[in-house]
Amino acid sequence: MMDAARGTAQQRLTRWTVTGPPFAFLLAFFAAPSLIMVLASFRYPGEYGGLAPLVAAPGAAVQDGGLTLENYRFFFSDLIYCEIFVRSLAIAFASTLICLALAYPLALLIARSPKKRRDFMVLMVILPFASNFLIRVYAWMIILGPESGLSAVLNQALALIGVAPVRLLFSSFAVLVGMVYVHLPFMVLPLYTNLEKHDPALLEAAQDLGAGAWTRFWRITFPLSLPGIFSGAALVFIPVLGMFAIPDILGGTGDILVGNLIKEQFLGTRDWPFGSTLSIMLTLVVLACAAGAAAVARRGAHSDYA
Amino acid sequence: MPLLEIRNVTRRFGDFAALEGVSLDIEAGEFFTLLGPSGCGKTTLLRLIAGFDEPDEGELLLDGKPLAGIAPERRPVHTVFQSYALFPHMTVARNVAFPLLMAGKPKHETSARVHAVLDAVRLTDKAHAYPHELSGGQKQRVALARGLVNRPRVLLLDEPLGALDAKLRIEMQIDLIKLQKEVGITFVFVTHAQHEALALSHRIAVMNAGRIEQVDEPDHLYGAPKNRFVADFIGSINLFACEVLEAGAARLRLRTELGEIVAPGPDHVAAGAKGAFALRPEQARIVAPHESLGLDNRLGGRVYDFLYTGDVTTYLIDLDGGARFKALLANSAPGRAKFFDVGDAVAVEWSAAAGLFLAE
Amino acid sequence: MPRRSRRRRPAALVQWAAAAAVYAFLYLPLTIVVAYSFNDSRLNAEWVGFTLDWYRVLLADSDMRRAAANSLFIASAASLVATVLGTMAGIAMHRYRPRLLPLLVITPVAMPEVLLGVSLLLFFVQVLNLTLGLVSVLLAHVTFSIGFVAIVVRARLAGMDESIFEAARDLGATPWQGFRLVTFPLILPAVLAGALMAFTLSIDDFVITFFTAGVGVATLPLQIYSMIKIAVTPEVNAVSTLLMLLTLTLILLASRLAPDALKLDA
Repeated sequence: MMDAARGTAQQRLTRWTVTGPPFAFLLAFFAAPSLIMVLASFRYPGEYGGLAPLVAAPGAAVQDGGLTLENYRFFFSDLIYCEIFVRSLAIAFASTLICLALAYPLALLIARSPKKRRDFMVLMVILPFASNFLIRVYAWMIILGPESGLSAVLNQALALIGVAPVRLLFSSFAVLVGMVYVHLPFMVLPLYTNLEKHDPALLEAAQDLGAGAWTRFWRITFPLSLPGIFSGAALVFIPVLGMFAIPDILGGTGDILVGNLIKEQFLGTRDWPFGSTLSIMLTLVVLACAAGAAAVARRGAHSDYA
Repeated sequence: MPLLEIRNVTRRFGDFAALEGVSLDIEAGEFFTLLGPSGCGKTTLLRLIAGFDEPDEGELLLDGKPLAGIAPERRPVHTVFQSYALFPHMTVARNVAFPLLMAGKPKHETSARVHAVLDAVRLTDKAHAYPHELSGGQKQRVALARGLVNRPRVLLLDEPLGALDAKLRIEMQIDLIKLQKEVGITFVFVTHAQHEALALSHRIAVMNAGRIEQVDEPDHLYGAPKNRFVADFIGSINLFACEVLEAGAARLRLRTELGEIVAPGPDHVAAGAKGAFALRPEQARIVAPHESLGLDNRLGGRVYDFLYTGDVTTYLIDLDGGARFKALLANSAPGRAKFFDVGDAVAVEWSAAAGLFLAE
Repeated sequence: MPRRSRRRRPAALVQWAAAAAVYAFLYLPLTIVVAYSFNDSRLNAEWVGFTLDWYRVLLADSDMRRAAANSLFIASAASLVATVLGTMAGIAMHRYRPRLLPLLVITPVAMPEVLLGVSLLLFFVQVLNLTLGLVSVLLAHVTFSIGFVAIVVRARLAGMDESIFEAARDLGATPWQGFRLVTFPLILPAVLAGALMAFTLSIDDFVITFFTAGVGVATLPLQIYSMIKIAVTPEVNAVSTLLMLLTLTLILLASRLAPDALKLDA
């Protein structure tokens, strides 16, 4: 490809015509808002919600303008916020593991099916994704609700052994089910894409050299599928961290996660600076996880070809 | 005036010099080949001519006018790409018509010329087929037709026969020669296959590491290589380090590890000069030790292996001085695979004029 | 992958059973929603009888009709803009390998939605002084859709023989002619698939719309949300079913046009 720096004026014009508009748009509506939010986390809340002015009016009290670290101090002063973060990480981690456990057998089966059937099976995985996300959550409200068949059967069974009835809906269990249900396709697809590319000759060679079925899976298929696992994990873990709708609809009062906190600050309490602080903390956690995953993936790659 | 002049062109990529002070003149109507190993700069030079890159130093002139700053779409130069680059969503006819469409030619003229050129490459019946329905050789011919239909001043061909199997390749070579003669357009052909270059070209430029080693007609390149690289790159050759003992009127006396031999050499060589002695395998004659052909040079040895390739046999000989030698004999006696067997003692003879001294 | 041998090994059966269980898990909840949309009962408890009443109620609901109209308008406009900008971004990322653009394009897709939602809320109100409404939602939807279109278009370009574009210029086409006659026809399936995906994402979006819609504007997902939170009526089942039908059709179409787009490669 042409060395861009040596292009003629016409080539440079073409390049800017193509790159410019999306770049400008995203700069304005993604980069700028993000920076504004970083800035907002250092400001005071306004009198009626929102933000206080950047520069305090002369004669005004300290809290009415300017920059401050108060929001961050507040975040770390009250343990409950860290607790909620940890709970969110735990739910995200649990959701990812469950998704992996459910998705792997399915992805493996699809990858080993003949070509025609494969495309159909993949489509069948994607189609539930076609329904609105809220609908998918709402469906579990029906299934787990106190009037539903499942609840009735379960509680009758529990009554038989003398255990008090259990409420399935508005619980951490419901939140977990919801998270897994909504994100399962995101784990299946990258896994399947990876598994499909495996060279069948590798497994035949292993078998030829004396490896049994479990060994073949554990020592060959599984390690080779790690990039797919990581892709899928990223597509589950990160969205779950920030999710608020599922705890909001399926969870009880004790089940709020970081996303709910942020929503509350922005739309309820209207303490926008603190909301921004929470958002920045969430962003940092997401970046840390992504960086950690990338490091692990790189180390894995190196150890293969030492 | 040459059609295409390349004057002192240099092109660097960071520290790496893809082309260094390259100068060439290409005449109108020539089948000119750039020959060299991969990385020698031949494709870079092709892209400079096509306009997809500009030189760091030097200039290129077409019909005496500089090409600098002229975009590829405005140069009367077309390329046949190594991967053919046929437009998958257009039929063969529309692919071939594309340059005429770009040049704004009227419809009736376009279809006439498209059919004429498809006739010339013998693909008239495939005019409405799509590229994915064609074989490799057919795609190649479409790419050729597409490059020629607009009668460019120069047609560039970037290793177009690389993906074809051996037999098809030879057929296409013959087709190419005929086609070029018919249309009379200047071809600049890039390849690393030296036998192909020898077969197709009027003249060849042998390139190595960004420089031109020698520009000459095929027989001169083969028979009178200017240096070790060209001698070794083109065809097969025996090379021995040597030193000039005596520089006579028409010939030199050389001391080599094999003993003393006589060979012709360039005029201005003085005694004591060091260089290499080169001899083509087919120029040597092998005889049984007790026989003699009376040629100027003679060395003894023993056959240690041979390569039978149907039409000829290459004998690998351990010479008495310790060096190894390749001699080629045609298998002119049908049914006999070889004249000499492994382990046979032989004598190798050649006339003085058959070898060559190459200065360092 | 090679064909399994004719001997049915127990491992294979277990695998099939596990896969069937996962598929059941995926489809059962949705089947229930669809089934209850035809249930002649206010409660989502047991089957009483078949009825189309809920659909009639749905169509008569003016709030719902307005929300649907808003959703369709926003989805159409947003997918149009996002497709144009996303196609440009995809081409730019493939051809010029810029360093900053991929970051700007992909991050809105990779990050939790709530972050984009609140940062846009902050931006619109505090910086632009924009009243939240159709425009703010539209801008928000374009922002997260560009990434999807760009990824699909770039993947398509990556799978094509690069020399085709050079050949077009070599044979006399200006960059614009090359784009019009060669590049665009070849990426068109991917562009259309991206447009369909952008449309689907917009119709379905809840989180970002939630933060940027303000008081006046309702979209279908927002309407569904308030129905779920405030008063669950079987109307929800009906609108869910209809919405499912729509997005199902769109996704099927998209998968025909760009089968590789939905693979979410590493």
